[in-house]
This record gives sequence, structure tokens and C-alpha cells, in this order.
Amino acid sequence: MSVLASNLPTPKMPAVLVPAVAIVRSWKTPIVLGFFALLAVVLFLIFGRNGVSRLQLSTSSDFFQIPVIPVDTRVAGVIVPLLLVAIAVWAAVLVFRAKKVPLWLLAVFAVLFLFVFLVWSSAGQTIPIAGLLVGAVGVSVPLIFGALGGVISERVGVVNVAIEGQLLAGAFVSALVASITRQPLLGLLAAMVAGVLVSFVLAAFSIKYLVDQVIVGVVLNVLVTGLTSFLYSTLLSPNTEALNSPPRFQRIEIPLLSEIPVIGPVLFRQTIIVYLMYIAVFLVWYGLFHTRWGLRLRSSGEHPQAADTVGINVNRTRFWNVSLAGAIAGLGGAYFTLGSVGGFTKEMTAGAGFIALAAVIFGRWDPIRATLAALLFGFATNLQSVLGIIGSPIPSEFLLMLPYLITIFAVAGLGGRVRPPAASGKAYEKS
Amino acid sequence: MSDPQSGVPVPGSEEIPDPARVPAQDQVLEPGQIPAEQTLPPAPPSRFSGVLREIMSGSVVISVLAVVLALVVGAILIAATDEGVKEASGYFFSRPADTFQAIWSAVSGAYSSLFQGSIYAVNRPGFAAGIKPFTDTLTFATPLIAAGLGVAVSFRIGLFNIGGRGQMLMAAAAAGWIGFAFDMPFPLHLIVALAAGIVASAIWAGIVGALKAFTGAHEVIVTIMLNYVAFYLISYLLRTPGLLQAPGSNNPKSPPEKATAIFPHILGPGYNLTIGFIFAVVATIAVWYLLNRSSLGFKFRALGENPSATRVAGINVKAMYIVGMLISGALIGLAGANQVQGSITTGFGSGIDAGIGFDAITVALLGRSRPFGVFIAGILFGAFKAGGFAMQAIEGVPIDIVLVLQSLIVLFIAAPPLVRAVFRLPSPNLQARVKRSTVSGRKAVVTK
Repeated sequence: MSVLASNLPTPKMPAVLVPAVAIVRSWKTPIVLGFFALLAVVLFLIFGRNGVSRLQLSTSSDFFQIPVIPVDTRVAGVIVPLLLVAIAVWAAVLVFRAKKVPLWLLAVFAVLFLFVFLVWSSAGQTIPIAGLLVGAVGVSVPLIFGALGGVISERVGVVNVAIEGQLLAGAFVSALVASITRQPLLGLLAAMVAGVLVSFVLAAFSIKYLVDQVIVGVVLNVLVTGLTSFLYSTLLSPNTEALNSPPRFQRIEIPLLSEIPVIGPVLFRQTIIVYLMYIAVFLVWYGLFHTRWGLRLRSSGEHPQAADTVGINVNRTRFWNVSLAGAIAGLGGAYFTLGSVGGFTKEMTAGAGFIALAAVIFGRWDPIRATLAALLFGFATNLQSVLGIIGSPIPSEFLLMLPYLITIFAVAGLGGRVRPPAASGKAYEKS
Repeated sequence: MSDPQSGVPVPGSEEIPDPARVPAQDQVLEPGQIPAEQTLPPAPPSRFSGVLREIMSGSVVISVLAVVLALVVGAILIAATDEGVKEASGYFFSRPADTFQAIWSAVSGAYSSLFQGSIYAVNRPGFAAGIKPFTDTLTFATPLIAAGLGVAVSFRIGLFNIGGRGQMLMAAAAAGWIGFAFDMPFPLHLIVALAAGIVASAIWAGIVGALKAFTGAHEVIVTIMLNYVAFYLISYLLRTPGLLQAPGSNNPKSPPEKATAIFPHILGPGYNLTIGFIFAVVATIAVWYLLNRSSLGFKFRALGENPSATRVAGINVKAMYIVGMLISGALIGLAGANQVQGSITTGFGSGIDAGIGFDAITVALLGRSRPFGVFIAGILFGAFKAGGFAMQAIEGVPIDIVLVLQSLIVLFIAAPPLVRAVFRLPSPNLQARVKRSTVSGRKAVVTK
């Protein structure tokens, strides 16, 4: 094992191994930061608004109450954009000295931008910060499950475009089974089985029949969409009472933890699916990078010949891990019916699988980063609906566009060239 | 077959195994391994059995059987969800014939209406009326062909353009705006609107190519994101008075197109088929010429096969990404303009793309990213669409079954060994193995 570990290019190693040519300066990060700083100056300083925004952090059932924080919109609109400009300039200086822009600086930039944006758009109003975050986590749940499934599948060497299909199959089957048995837990199990079944097709066609993995993925999405819509029209829709009224999971409040302001309601007053998600994120991260299973999985995706040479059955590893990925994505599908909406509708995932796929790539095939990327999408989507309620000066469509635009900027500017697992997308046949 | 930068395997560049062409089509070559077939001279044909084998394992037979297999699965679905079948199967053991009768009537009814809605209406008097469904098929096929060609071009340069939806929306908005907001004489107005649509879509796709070329941004992410951006942009324009919204209306919908911008019907007013179909035919031939006869197409294909070698060979890879995406977008723009100028001329909403941007991916895959393959695949999918509506209206079978049939066909065609296993057809591998051993024997003699 130790020999294997030292030979295998783990994803972080190339960054170390590639001899850093001394004076390569990437100006992308300062350019992107500069753009957003300029945007902030124009929007929040020049078109600044008067008034006081009140940030409400506590909910009524918290341990102790944090008073509502009033922020003068005009003052914040002057100070924060200038800070943002300062950070952008600093980043440029760092790049000029051929140093890396630290990640925490980007995080500070993002938080400051978000803060001034919230304050500016809610001038004269109260923003329920906790509510905003609770909703964001809710929207993110299927995305995170889907992204985890995508990470596992692509790390083992099978490109998973079928996340959308796995989510949709999970949503459909969980609604059906939970309605018939009146047991949401059985629905959850059934959703995993449904995700696995979709994965079986993906794995069989890509591993046994060597069909291009993207083709299978795209086609599976169409197949699952067609099947679920057809069965919805013929079976579920005429018998809504019996077949499509699943019981929903109740929120479980974890004692003490759930009463911490902000964090409590956001993280610890959720349904069992969300708690499963925390466990899944941790397990996938730990498993991938700290266990034998993860090493074998990654080696099958990075260098199948080498993995085969040391005695790993590449295709079996791929098959079962793609199935596992399907089970995880299926769980995410169950959240649509058992966690949030209740009852299946045609194409209810509405492209969440594609967003999850984007989160996988955006998160550079790392479970934690992919989770953060999924949270970003979820947050932005929910931000729009909250701002829609309090009435924002910007048309809601532009707010809705924002997460996607930010992603494009991030992928083009900050992420740089992403490196997928080397053998991802290639069928492996023992010679 | 994966672009080292993108990591997404490129369906177009990696040909779906073609059993007629490559005997050992199951074999995937590892790096460093010499492809056995290319180094070997063709073996002498083994007379009759070889011919028979060739026919039975040929790609045409596989394609036909794939369609048959998909229809069988569809039939099972239709029968399993049919009310009459459910009723009759309740007393299956007392009168089993009733059940089979019900299954037959459900399945045959559905498929005959699918056929009559897409190819030829048997019960209508005269050829002119009977053939109308086929012209509907061509009408539905028009945008599928155009957009499918666009996706196919992107596949050929090694990119995966999932952005058909956004590109079509931009094209529809631009063509539609020119079409309703300006006054021009007849052919000019049509051409200007069409050109505007094509340019808008090409720019929208060109952004993807430029980002890919200059920053290495993954085209899958960027196209997905631009789909949403385009959707919300068009939604905003459609609900804002003075932009795209019809004056005096509260609906997010544009005013109808002016008559001078609408595609004329080519078979007279009785048929829906417009000049858009001619454009699709021209586009098919143009793409064929571009990919197979021009030096630009050669560069495209080289890039799709091996970006590193292409760069080493002195081809400007960055320019190729941008030009390739511009062309891909332009073709999808033709589909988008066809939607507002040909299909729905009474004003459009934000759903004007009608899912064609995604269908186009399946069309391109089924057509194996080759222009004429895409053309035929587009007509097949157009037939399913036209027939699907008839089936839904007459037999009450939801049109979603068409999606199931389409996806199954693509899956089966992509996996010839599966189809062969189902129908117990001879495998061409057997022949290949024999071929290789005899030839390697001869080779041994030569080297001595």
C-alpha cells in the first residue's frame, strides 16, 4: 500500500511536483476582484441609498437573544466598497510580488461584498438572517447530495452526467413508496435503491459495453425524465391520495445545539435527511482521503493501469462505487418529496442535477469544496426569494442570475484550469 | 478520448463503436498499445458465411433492432399502465384471452396513432391529405436538425455544448425583436431577423469558446450557467414594457411577428412546413462540407481527437475553440430563429426553446456527430414528436413515452453487444479473432 501511495499522483501532488516557474503571475484574481470592487463602488457608493437596515440574527426560541443590529446604509455603502477596493489593490500587489493571493482574503472579500449588498438592498427593512440561511440550507440539500454522488463517481473514473436522473428517480420512488407504506424512512431507502438502479445502467453501459460515459449520462437523464413523467401521468396523477401523498419528515430539534442563535436554527433544527447529509459529507471526505477504500477508488480514477497492476479490480471498484454514488444522489432526490415539497410533480428537480454537476467541477472534485459550491448556489437562490419578499431595487431576474454569473466569473477568474481525475471518462479494459 | 483540460469525454470525437467498420469494436486501446486492425492488411473474405455475418452484425441491422427493442419496452409500459388491461387482468385466470386482447388493442392503438401522426394518415382520402403528418414530422425535425448540427460541431472540437437552451433563447429574442419591431420589405426583413438570431446565438456560444480559450473555464459549467443567465435575461425583457413585452399586455409575452419576417410555407397554406426546413437541409450540407472537405474542419477534428498534438502541429487551438463555438452557436441560432419565425409566430414567451436545446444533444449523439447522421436522427425525433402528440390526443398515452423511446434507442444503438445478445446475433468479434491469428501468422513469415 505504501508503495502505491507514493507512486500515485494524488490530486494535490501535481501542484507540488510541477516546478513552479518563478515569475508566472496570474492576474486573473486581481482582475476579478477589481471588477467586483468597481461594481460595489458604482452600485453601493454612487447609487447609494439612505436608510437603516436591521439585521435580525436571532429567532424567538433561541438560548439568548441577540438584539437586532441596525446598520446605516449610507455609511456602510461608503466604507465597505472602499475596503473592497483596498483588498483588490492588495491582491494586485501580492501578484506583482509573485505571491499567491490567500484564500482567506477571497473569503473576506466575498463576505464583505455580500454584507454590503444585503444592507444596500434592504435599506429601511429588516432582514431575517437566520431565516435566509435556513432556507439556503434547504435549497442546497439535494445539490449537496448530488454533488457528493458526482464526486465519488468521477473520482473512481466514471463521469456522472446522470445526477439529474438519479435525483429525479429518487424523488419519484420515494414519493411512491412513502405514500403506499406511510413510512417516510422506507421512502428514503427506496430512493437510494432508485438511485442505485440508475447507476447500474450507467455502470453497465459504460463499464461493460464501453459506451461513452457522457452519452449514457445524458441519455439516462432523458430516460428517467420520460419514465417518471409517463408514470406520473398514468399512475400517480389519477390516484393522488393513494400513491402521491407521502408523509413528510418532521423537523428534529437537537437539544441545546438548536438554541444557539443563528447556528442553531440553521444547522440543528432540520429533518433527518439534513443530518444524514452532514454525516455523508464527512464520511465521503474522510473515506476518500484517509481510508484504503478511498485510495483504491482514487487510483482507479487516476491511473487504472497502475491500480490494476497492484491487484485492484478496477472495473469492480468502479461498478460498486458508481452504485454508491447513485445511492447518495438518490437520497438527495428524496429531499424533494419527503423533505420539502411533499408529492411528486413532473420534472420537479428542475435542473438541480446540472447545478450539482457544476458544483462538482467548481469544487474541483473535492467533497468539501463541492459542498461549499452547492451551498453557494443554494444561498443565492434563496437570497433572491427573501429579497423578493422585502422588495429589492434590483429586478428579481437579475438577482436570480447572480449565482450563475458569479460562478462563471469564479470558474474563469479564480478557479483557473481545473484538473479532473486523470482517467475519468475513459473506459478501462484489462489488456 | 478526454480533453486534458476539460476532463469531460468527448462523445463526438470518440466514435460509437461501428461494428461494420471495426471488427473488434469492443476493444479500447490503452495508451501505447498499437491498434491491431490498422497495422494489418484486410483478410480475404470468407465467402458466404462472412457476407451473412457482415449483414447480421452490420450497423443498419443493429439500428433497426435497437428501434424494435425500444418499441417493445414502450409497448410493455403502455400495456402495464392501460386501464383496459388492468381491468381484464383482474379476471386473467378465468378468461386470459381478454387480457391479451386488451394488451393488443392498447399497444396497437398507440403505435398506429404514432405512425399515422408522423408518417402517413391511412384513413384520410388522397395522398395529399394522407402525407400531411409526414410534413409535420419535417416541421418538428427542422429545429432539431439545426440545433443537433450545432451540438455535433461542438462535439467535433472536443467541447460539450449543453448551452443549446440559452443560445436558442438569445436567438429567438433577437430574431423575434427584429421581426416585430421593424418594418422592412418581405425577403429583407426575414433575412435580417434570421441573421440577427444567428449572430446573437453565435455570440452567446462564442463567450463559452473565448472563456475556454483564454481562461481554461470548463465549458460544461459555463454553458449550464449561461442557460440560466439567458433564461432570466429573456424573462426580464419579456415582462418589462417597452422592451420585448407586447404593448398593452401584462403577460410575459412578445407581440406577434410581422408577416414580412415569417418563414413562408413551401407546400402551400395547407401544410405547416416552412422554408426553415430548406435552411436545415442547406445547413446540413454546409456542415458536411465544413467538417469533411475544408481545412477548418480538419483542424476541428484534429482538435477533437487530440488537443495536445493539434497544438504541437502549429494549429491555433484558442482560435479553433472560439471559431468552433461561434459556428456551433450559429447553427443553434438557426433553430432558435426558426422557433419564432417558423413555428410560433404569434409571440413568444420564455419557454420558446421548448427543450430543443437538450433534445439536440440526443439528436447529435444518435447521429454520431456526423452531419447526415444528425439529419436522419433529427427526422426520426421529429417523427416521434409529431406522432407523440397524435398518440396523446387519440389514445390518451402521455407524450412522455416518446422520451423513453428516444433515450432507449440511443442507448441500444450505442451498445451493439447488448442488442446482439438480446437477439442472439453472431458477434463480429469471433471473426476478428480468426482474422488476427491468420494474419499474425503471415506476418511471422514475413519477418523471417
